[in-house]
Amino acid sequence: MWVYIVRRLLWLPIALAAVSIITFTLGTYGPGDPVTVMLGNRYEEETAERLRTELGLNRPFFVQYGDYMWGFIRGDFGESLTFRGRPVRELIAPKMWVSARLAFEGVVVSVSIGVPVGFWIAHRQGRWEDPMTVAVSVFFMSIPIMVTIPFLLWAFCLKLHWVPCSGWGGFFDARIIIPALTMGIPGVAGMARLMRASTLDVLGEDFIRTAKAKGLSDFRVSSHHVFQNAMIPIVTILTFALAGLIGGSFIVETILGIPGVGKFAVDSIFSRDYPVIMAITLLGAGAFILGNLAADLTYAFVDPRIRYR
Amino acid sequence: MVSSVTIQTPEIRPERRKGHLSRAVRRLLRKKLAVISLLILIAVYTGGIFAAPLSPYDYTAQDYTAILQAPNADHWAGTDRTGRDVFTRVLYGVQNTVILTVIAMATGGLVLGVGLGLLSGYVGGKTDALIMRIGEVFSSFPDILLIIILAATLRPRIVNGVRWLEDNTFLDGLVRTGVVDYFVISIALVAFGWIGMARLVRGQILFLRTTQYIDAARAIGVSTKRILFRHLLPNAISPVVVTVTMGMGTLTGTEIVLSWLGLGIQPPRPSLGTMLLQAGNLSVLRETPWLLLAPGIAALLLVLAWNLLGDALNDVLNPRTR
Repeated sequence: MWVYIVRRLLWLPIALAAVSIITFTLGTYGPGDPVTVMLGNRYEEETAERLRTELGLNRPFFVQYGDYMWGFIRGDFGESLTFRGRPVRELIAPKMWVSARLAFEGVVVSVSIGVPVGFWIAHRQGRWEDPMTVAVSVFFMSIPIMVTIPFLLWAFCLKLHWVPCSGWGGFFDARIIIPALTMGIPGVAGMARLMRASTLDVLGEDFIRTAKAKGLSDFRVSSHHVFQNAMIPIVTILTFALAGLIGGSFIVETILGIPGVGKFAVDSIFSRDYPVIMAITLLGAGAFILGNLAADLTYAFVDPRIRYR
Repeated sequence: MVSSVTIQTPEIRPERRKGHLSRAVRRLLRKKLAVISLLILIAVYTGGIFAAPLSPYDYTAQDYTAILQAPNADHWAGTDRTGRDVFTRVLYGVQNTVILTVIAMATGGLVLGVGLGLLSGYVGGKTDALIMRIGEVFSSFPDILLIIILAATLRPRIVNGVRWLEDNTFLDGLVRTGVVDYFVISIALVAFGWIGMARLVRGQILFLRTTQYIDAARAIGVSTKRILFRHLLPNAISPVVVTVTMGMGTLTGTEIVLSWLGLGIQPPRPSLGTMLLQAGNLSVLRETPWLLLAPGIAALLLVLAWNLLGDALNDVLNPRTR
């Protein structure tokens, strides 16, 4: 087990190195230049040249890359090019926190609707409710987010007057309802499908028949034997979803004016703010790899039959 | 004494053996939802592909006597701020989405994905390790972010390249026709399209390679090419079909997001993403809802039909997960 974990962790720096080289190359060799964007219509050759020297943008590729990565390893993500003098770390940390809380509520929505629905339709297998529920949840999954948001705003903010129409007020603010629903609803179908499949698997197991045979009440069999075992894959998926928390959703954030990291990342790509793009990409990739590992380990933890070598 | 026993060989029936896929198709056609999704897909694809002959207007034609009209007999989905016919624009938007997603799926998912998966699974060893590691690196990127980076950084480069080509050869108007836009987006989509498919095919091949009939085929000296394409691939096809179908829904969504960001097909050519960007707010929904609903419903139908079809195919082709 430990050997397995160590081997997976050793892969992390290698993968991050590859990801960083690709991103850095695309950033530097890609057209457009942060200095042009920064100066805008005050662009003058002389100023631009001075600025490039000052920012170290005309050094050789590998020197720039090495310099950036050396800083990254020590936890210094460089300075933003668009917001002069602001360390990237200071800029993205609060935005990531916003996005993480938002994504978390999205996951809560998906799970709290998807899991009961999946559990319920597994017991209705073969009847009309089964394909019906799947179709309805896939329908909600397929609505483009850009269409969902205006409709939710129309319902919750114009007609019901429950929430203000945009903005961000933190975790317990009513304004989180719309973004959380928008981000959570598409996930319901996946959760329901997964829960349905795993419940069906468990229902066919011998230990369920044993539990019934020894005279346990239906409720106890359902709650203790079926439900708990059916939750195993869900828990695994949830561990994995944690990795997605820091990525943010730029569509939701852009439309609703939420100061999250997703919108910031896309803005940075358009303004060629390489240090910011690098930091967000690398943190995202790192979180993804660690999340993957965490998911595999959780799997082994909740289901002792699985052993990694 | 040896008594001879005559063994009667059973008569070989001339009846054609029904294949796995044709049986699957028959089972699929018995599912109502699957048939409905198929019909929707055929309708939307026909509408998109034949946008030019089907559309009643030109997608740039502005009619200032008919601005922001609600859907009526002349304009089935109303008109926009400059009096352009929304129905026509949606048809052309669907055309872009359809062409792009099919190109990306065919090149990225099928050619690259299946090809690399076959190679990885059958050859094994260092080739396998290399392909899988590259896939792992690519899949650990926050994918939509890298697609955006790719599209944003590649576009100006490729446009410059094509402009140079136009200036130095007799090819003209390449940039204007939108060929470049198609090219950029397909590259960006393909970069990530192959990984899942390659993994899936590899897994199938790794399993199938150990079966006896492959040993038998190898023992009688069947060529590698024949083993790969005649014995291995057809047996690995079911999950590939399911993945392609479900992947089309996701790809369509990604394409719409890209053009929503302004990285897709450039105006004046209409695209679903751009239309959704311009109409995706509360005031449009209140005042002129058809501007949001028309592209929204088109996008919804495309994604929904692919997803439902994928679901049904999954039930039919992988009975284990039922």
